[in-house]
Amino acid sequence: MTEQNWRNWRIRIDDGNIAWLLLDVAEQKVNVLSSDTIDELRAVLDQVQTDRPRGVVIASGKSSGFAAGADISEFVPPPPAAQVGARLAIIHEQFDRLARLSVPTVALIRGFCLGGGLELALACRYRVAAKDDPATRLGFPEVQLGLHPGAGGTWRSVQACGPLAAMNLMLTGHTIDASKAERIGLIDRAVPERHLETAARRFIQGESRPHRPPLLARLTGIGVARPVLAEVLRRQVRKQANPEHYPAPHALVELWRQHGGSARTMLRAERESFAQLLQSPQSQQLVRLFRIQERLKEAGRSERFSAPRVHVIGAGTMGGDIAAWCALRGCRVTLQDRGAKYLAPAFERAHKLYRQRIRDPRARQQTLDRLMPDLAGNGADRADIVIEAIVEDRDIKRALFAELEPRLQPEALLASNTSSIPLEQLAEGLSDPSRLVGLHFFNPVASMRLVEIISGRDTAATAANRAAAFAVFLDRLPVPVRSSPGFLINRILLPYMLEALHLVTDGVPAPVIDQTMRRFGMPLGPVELADTVGLDVCLSVARILTAQFGGEVPAILEQKVVQGRLGKKTQRGFYEYRNGRIVTAATSGASGRDAEITDRLLLRLLNEALACLREQVVADADLVDAGMVFGTGFAPFRGGPMAYLRSRGADELRARLHELSAGWGAGFRPDAGWDDPRLWQHQQEGPNE
Amino acid sequence: MALPGARRQSERPVFLVDGARTPFLKALAGPGFFSSIDLTIAAGRALLQRQPFAPEEVDQVIMGCVMPGIEESNIARLAALRLGCGETTPAFTVQRNCASGMQAADCALRAIQRGDSELVLAGGVETMSHAPLHLSREMVTWIGQWNSSRTVPARLRMLGRLRPQFLKPVIALLRGLTDPIVGLSMGQTAEIIARRFAITRTQADEFAAASHHRALAAQQEDHFGEIVPLFDDAGNFIAQDTGVRSDSTVDRLARLRPAFDPEFGTVTAGNSSQISDGAALLLLASENAVSRWNLTPLARIVDVQWAALDPREMGLGPVFATTPLLHRHKLALRNIDYWEINEAFAAQVLACLAAWRDASYCKQHFGAEAVTGEIATERLNVDGGAIALGHPVGATGARLLLHVARVLQRQQTKRGVATLCIGGGQGGAALLERD
Repeated sequence: MTEQNWRNWRIRIDDGNIAWLLLDVAEQKVNVLSSDTIDELRAVLDQVQTDRPRGVVIASGKSSGFAAGADISEFVPPPPAAQVGARLAIIHEQFDRLARLSVPTVALIRGFCLGGGLELALACRYRVAAKDDPATRLGFPEVQLGLHPGAGGTWRSVQACGPLAAMNLMLTGHTIDASKAERIGLIDRAVPERHLETAARRFIQGESRPHRPPLLARLTGIGVARPVLAEVLRRQVRKQANPEHYPAPHALVELWRQHGGSARTMLRAERESFAQLLQSPQSQQLVRLFRIQERLKEAGRSERFSAPRVHVIGAGTMGGDIAAWCALRGCRVTLQDRGAKYLAPAFERAHKLYRQRIRDPRARQQTLDRLMPDLAGNGADRADIVIEAIVEDRDIKRALFAELEPRLQPEALLASNTSSIPLEQLAEGLSDPSRLVGLHFFNPVASMRLVEIISGRDTAATAANRAAAFAVFLDRLPVPVRSSPGFLINRILLPYMLEALHLVTDGVPAPVIDQTMRRFGMPLGPVELADTVGLDVCLSVARILTAQFGGEVPAILEQKVVQGRLGKKTQRGFYEYRNGRIVTAATSGASGRDAEITDRLLLRLLNEALACLREQVVADADLVDAGMVFGTGFAPFRGGPMAYLRSRGADELRARLHELSAGWGAGFRPDAGWDDPRLWQHQQEGPNE
Repeated sequence: MALPGARRQSERPVFLVDGARTPFLKALAGPGFFSSIDLTIAAGRALLQRQPFAPEEVDQVIMGCVMPGIEESNIARLAALRLGCGETTPAFTVQRNCASGMQAADCALRAIQRGDSELVLAGGVETMSHAPLHLSREMVTWIGQWNSSRTVPARLRMLGRLRPQFLKPVIALLRGLTDPIVGLSMGQTAEIIARRFAITRTQADEFAAASHHRALAAQQEDHFGEIVPLFDDAGNFIAQDTGVRSDSTVDRLARLRPAFDPEFGTVTAGNSSQISDGAALLLLASENAVSRWNLTPLARIVDVQWAALDPREMGLGPVFATTPLLHRHKLALRNIDYWEINEAFAAQVLACLAAWRDASYCKQHFGAEAVTGEIATERLNVDGGAIALGHPVGATGARLLLHVARVLQRQQTKRGVATLCIGGGQGGAALLERD
């Protein structure tokens, strides 16, 4: 048995003359395909060609997984296109060499195998993956960064599983498990983990037959079928994503339509297309947001807080859904409310969520077992974290805390999901106010990834850090926020929504406003958003925030509430609803007032965001961007409001504010924050804008 | 008979610390939403969650169940694992028909008495609505032959042998409620003892109406604190036993036809226990465990007695089990403050009371050990019984123990007996005491 080590790779030749090539990237917790790693692959393959083993098995030397994609830090800021092209050419050259090795090669996949990692696996002749390990996931997440695969994946995935399955994988960015991967032909065999090595050996010994994609899948890729299918895909993608906002999926379909018939031209075109996408502002913003996410998650690692016992008080929409989510993520949860009838709807929603998210019936059962009704509230006594999500009433919350505090474990965290009451007021009367932290989830909990971690005057840093760690455990993104009315998101969002209602008052039809903002890239227009949140809720938040920060509540909002038209939940608000869908006839096309509407709405938002930064509600502009994107869906490809501000230019926007404040009042008076460029300049090393 | 009065003195005391049960769900058309294991978990996790110790502290789990589902063999072990008692906690399931839950508690009692265990989770469960329909024996034989006929002519011959009556299912529940030795349904055994002790239809109906009446009052006065509500996947919840009726009167009950002995019988669907789904779990602890975890016991389980008799008169089981139990502890009927006698049938409970009243009957069967007398109705099944609440066979034994202990606590009295008759001709009885 011989061994040879490089910095990032190790080869061990076993008694059967099979080379086990282990990828173990130096100084990284997970395998990322850095330039260094790829450069070394050249030497590794040289060695393999010299040794001429019976076959090569590529596996991970790390317990964390097979390999993630490229090292994203190498793309920030994006190098010039020529340089990117040269880098990709090296990767392609080595992967091609691997693919053409005269001896059989097998990728042994355990744990995640994503992006460039999957492309490495696809360059092997065979692939085997563990089907009984939930961490084993395969996929191409590039599209989420405004890119498509760039290391031969666009060609090799189509070869492996046919154009439909491959395109589906690359266009959605979804990951799949080993069994699904076997079904579509992405891998040759999904086996229990205990048989991975045996399976790899059998493939090398030629004793196992490779998986072939189904006949239909092979046929759809050839000759006349391709342009037809490409057209279908193109239409579907157009329906899903605006090419101006998200160019990558369109580029991918186009790439395959034009070059899908030839490996050589497709691989070359893939490199060019990738290099081009990498330069696009959309991709740069998506990459930047990805890195901000990583930073937020990193901040949550300062404290250990995994799989805690959670006690949630209040089984309304927020409390019930928070409890269900915690159980889904592995916490043991007790859910308390005043009576069984208040708990029952929460359990119905939990069942529904688990049916959608958990396919294995045993795993679903285990999740349900972790979510326990607790009318007596016994769970609080032993919980590591108690989350209060009862009615927004300061005195009722205080009374609850007073009853609760003596029963808590000494280390237990006390969290409130309040969306409007300052933490200091809730902390009054607590004997240990340092453990009280705000944990503000957004609705719907299962899809909104943001959690505001709110620190009051007395909140201990460890409490806030533990809350952040808890949020990360829940696969949410913690944004640290200083306690002040409306915290960050509601405070920034409200002026934007109110301005939309002022526009309605001024005679602009609601559908025009909403469509304008959808064209800007929002998932929902501001008026629809108000209807969805509930106009009564909007009004109560508006009253609290305008009392604090000035501004006026539009009379039309008060009227609607008085009329009992509270939005979606009452079937009527600014729109009429049937089965949760708007039935009012929509006007279509551009209004010709896009710029005016967009400016009026967004400038209110930006003005408030700068006020928050000036008051240090959050530490920096990146947090504002992350908060708005992950908490409200603010156009991700624009990188969030502060990135938008930088792209438009502060001077131009301030001039617009002055203009608008002449016509539309005090809300547009530029905040003092505009005078301090440090507030809106980015803190991270980011793309140059 | 059980000699060992002396031996029992030296054994370690055993405490019923706490208990919880699901609502008993009246079986309607088709299987209910909750399986046996679901019900066990619902009651068990609430029970364990309110204890000052972690589930891993439980030394073993023992469950009684007559007909577990096909995916629920040794349901106690499934419960132990799903309740978080840990992989190293042993568990077993016992079957003594209607007394399976009490048998589980008895096993726990013995284990603690012997010093094998300190903390035991014991109870019973049944989802009678899930009782299976079996293929007839003819059908199963036919399928076996079909599977072994390989050629087309052989298969055609097999098709020719298929008869419509093969398709008639065997209803496991009905078979289970019929004694295979004497060929009588449980209802018919109740008819036999009703006749023997001259229990009238009116007496039986009055008893049944009172059961509903008492259960309803107990629900209104919140006397079923042992019940843990159930939640389904459609936004419904069940917080009380679903069989309790507010419209059950003697007049209405009188209109029902006899269910087992047509025309002349006494036993109707209205004065019998209900077919139900439910689980009841108990936590039994040694003195060490009580002091270690600072537990507040509901009662001490002093002793359990089993007895057997003619299967045709299985309904008198409580008399046969309780009599030696009381005799051994030198107690008379009047020394027992509260009784839970399972209401398999109204006529059957009334027959037991009549038997105790009948000195010559007692003398004849128990000789020198005879205990005779009257059990006052205000001390018997004070919060209703199986006629109103339901009788999920595996669970009932545990429910009786738990409820009599809770009644003793509520009334601040000393002694209680939980007893039931057992299909096949047995009886079980447990004596509980509070200090």
